Amino acid sequence: MSKTLFDKIWDAHVVKELGNGEVLLYIDRHLVHEVTSPQAFEGLRLAGRKVRRPERTFATMDHNVPTDENRMNITDPIAKAQVDALTDNAAQTGVTLFPLGDNRQGVIHIIGPEQGIVLPGMTVVCGDSHTATHGAFGSIAFGIGTSEVEHVLATQTLRQKKPKNYKVEFTGKLQKGVTAKDMVLKLIGIIGPAGGTGCAFEFCGEAIRSLSMEGRLTICNMAIEGGARAGLVTPDQVTFDYVASGNRVYAPKGTELEKAIDEWKKLTTDEGAKFDHEITIDVSDLVPQVTWGTSPGMVTDVTGEVPALDAVPEYSVADVRAALDYMGLEPGMKMTDIHIDTVFVGSCTNGRLEDLREAAAMIKGKKVAKNVRMIIVPGSEAVRYAAEKERLDRIFVEAGAEWRYAGCSMCLAMNPDKLKDKERCASTSNRNFEGRQGKGGRTHLVSPAMAAAAAVAGHFVDIRKEG
Amino acid sequence: MEKFKTFKGVVAGVDRANIDTDAIIPKEYLKSIKRTGFGAALFSDWRYNNDGSDNPDFVLNKPKNKSAEVLIARNNFGCGSSREHAVWAVAQFGFKVVIAPSEGDIPAFADIFRSNCGKNGLLTIEMTAEQVDKIFQTLEKEPGVKATVDLENQKVTVHSASGDQEYAFDVDPVLKNKLVNGLDDIGLTLQYADDIAAYEAQH
Ligand code: SF4
Repeated sequence: MSKTLFDKIWDAHVVKELGNGEVLLYIDRHLVHEVTSPQAFEGLRLAGRKVRRPERTFATMDHNVPTDENRMNITDPIAKAQVDALTDNAAQTGVTLFPLGDNRQGVIHIIGPEQGIVLPGMTVVCGDSHTATHGAFGSIAFGIGTSEVEHVLATQTLRQKKPKNYKVEFTGKLQKGVTAKDMVLKLIGIIGPAGGTGCAFEFCGEAIRSLSMEGRLTICNMAIEGGARAGLVTPDQVTFDYVASGNRVYAPKGTELEKAIDEWKKLTTDEGAKFDHEITIDVSDLVPQVTWGTSPGMVTDVTGEVPALDAVPEYSVADVRAALDYMGLEPGMKMTDIHIDTVFVGSCTNGRLEDLREAAAMIKGKKVAKNVRMIIVPGSEAVRYAAEKERLDRIFVEAGAEWRYAGCSMCLAMNPDKLKDKERCASTSNRNFEGRQGKGGRTHLVSPAMAAAAAVAGHFVDIRKEG
Repeated sequence: MEKFKTFKGVVAGVDRANIDTDAIIPKEYLKSIKRTGFGAALFSDWRYNNDGSDNPDFVLNKPKNKSAEVLIARNNFGCGSSREHAVWAVAQFGFKVVIAPSEGDIPAFADIFRSNCGKNGLLTIEMTAEQVDKIFQTLEKEPGVKATVDLENQKVTVHSASGDQEYAFDVDPVLKNKLVNGLDDIGLTLQYADDIAAYEAQH
């Protein structure tokens, strides 16, 4: 029978059928961060259990670490307790840790690909919903809760039911200035924040094939914002070149790599394989996207307007009203008339080198508008080093932006980087929920180039018209 | 995990769709390394004023709801971040059950949230939009109304002054078995240690 790529990887990882559709699924890679793991390690200890395969688990601290020069001295005692707990837990169990100050530290979903920890055909989990990111390699990657983190530590497996297959095809060619971020925001705008619930997206089509690995990671990253736990892309030459390039410490090399690539080439969806849902989106006339509300599906073209209360099919009038009240916006306002106070470039969605290059290209030789504060937070220390080698940091600093160390930072504001009440932010992150970037803070999700252009203008602009 | 037993408790409703886990428990409360103490943080941005005092308008601050055990909301409850702290907060407030409606393609609960609930003995019940509407209407008229939740027989009974309303619900048999018997997933899986070792030997 013809199978989807997802089915093939899934079937290859079934240890045992448990009945009622539940299987015991083997987990190849387990990623861990400081916020969702302490209770799992504690549970393990209390039950007198050991980590079954410590060499398959990789950990870092990213969520609550400061990103300024004083980052090694965490002053928030509770954040420090979490960071210390992870350090102790890794030391006690033999799990590999990239600690704060290490040149491989960074946002967990940035460093997994970067270090060659995640490879095609693998199953990957992490106590974090943006684990879907890693599906860009042609792997099954999804977020889990802390009880499941404990389950993976103890057994290297998970009890799971297979999700449905949802094919998302992007056809056509992107215009200049339009990016992977706009593609995925568009998708979520169409299907809504729950459109993919119970499913794994397979992203395919010409527009996906022509994306870099970075772009594919951005799209898979936001699968969860469309309700899907996982999203994946068939591996191809772009994938293999990415794995073979750079300093991917944990990836195979030489003849080992060649053998692996021969295997990875088999990771495709069979002709005639059945999908439970399908959608096709032509990106030829896709316009840069900007969110206007408090859910990622509340999004529109930068050339558009804040919609009327009853003009958003995926949300009720009451939800739209509540969102606009929170955001301080009114229906009919032009998106380009929305003025911002803060710009955040970073996160596991858009904190990779390519993202920083795009933002830098937009801002080079210009200045951040008066009254606007812009912070650039590389997704990892490796990204920071690479960017500094290209002198991107200079471009940002000369424009008046702050150049930081790696971490999640203002993506979720668990560290000192926060919006104040009613502050409005153009953010390259993935969630615009109420309070996500600080209590009362107002988030507009955009691509890195759009964020940089907004920083210069002080409001959103259609970057297709820029130089 | 404790066994899920039939109980009668107060129903409280938060009348919103797409309630995300950032709203259920804001990230300021995620820094604990313990598994307890999250109940006070449930819905804190809505529940407390900026100065930390109770917001008297928020439904869980109504005197009748302080000991509520059944939470009802609109669809796609628990979307967003995978933080299990959200489930701990709901459970540690005292809720044993969360009810939400599925409407067409829009599910009652987000996947990860629902799965996390099952691992913490919190029962998620999916109803139709009409049923949930009816319960919300009852709550409107009779705040503090009680319901009996019987998982064994898959039945919720809302004890309205105008008579009992009965709602049958479906539940995943695997989950039901775990909840009713209070089974721990890891213990169950470790029974398959040989199968796991055999899989590892082959790969
Ligand atoms: S960057 Fe944001 S979305 Fe990504 S892992 Fe960190 S907090 Fe989560």
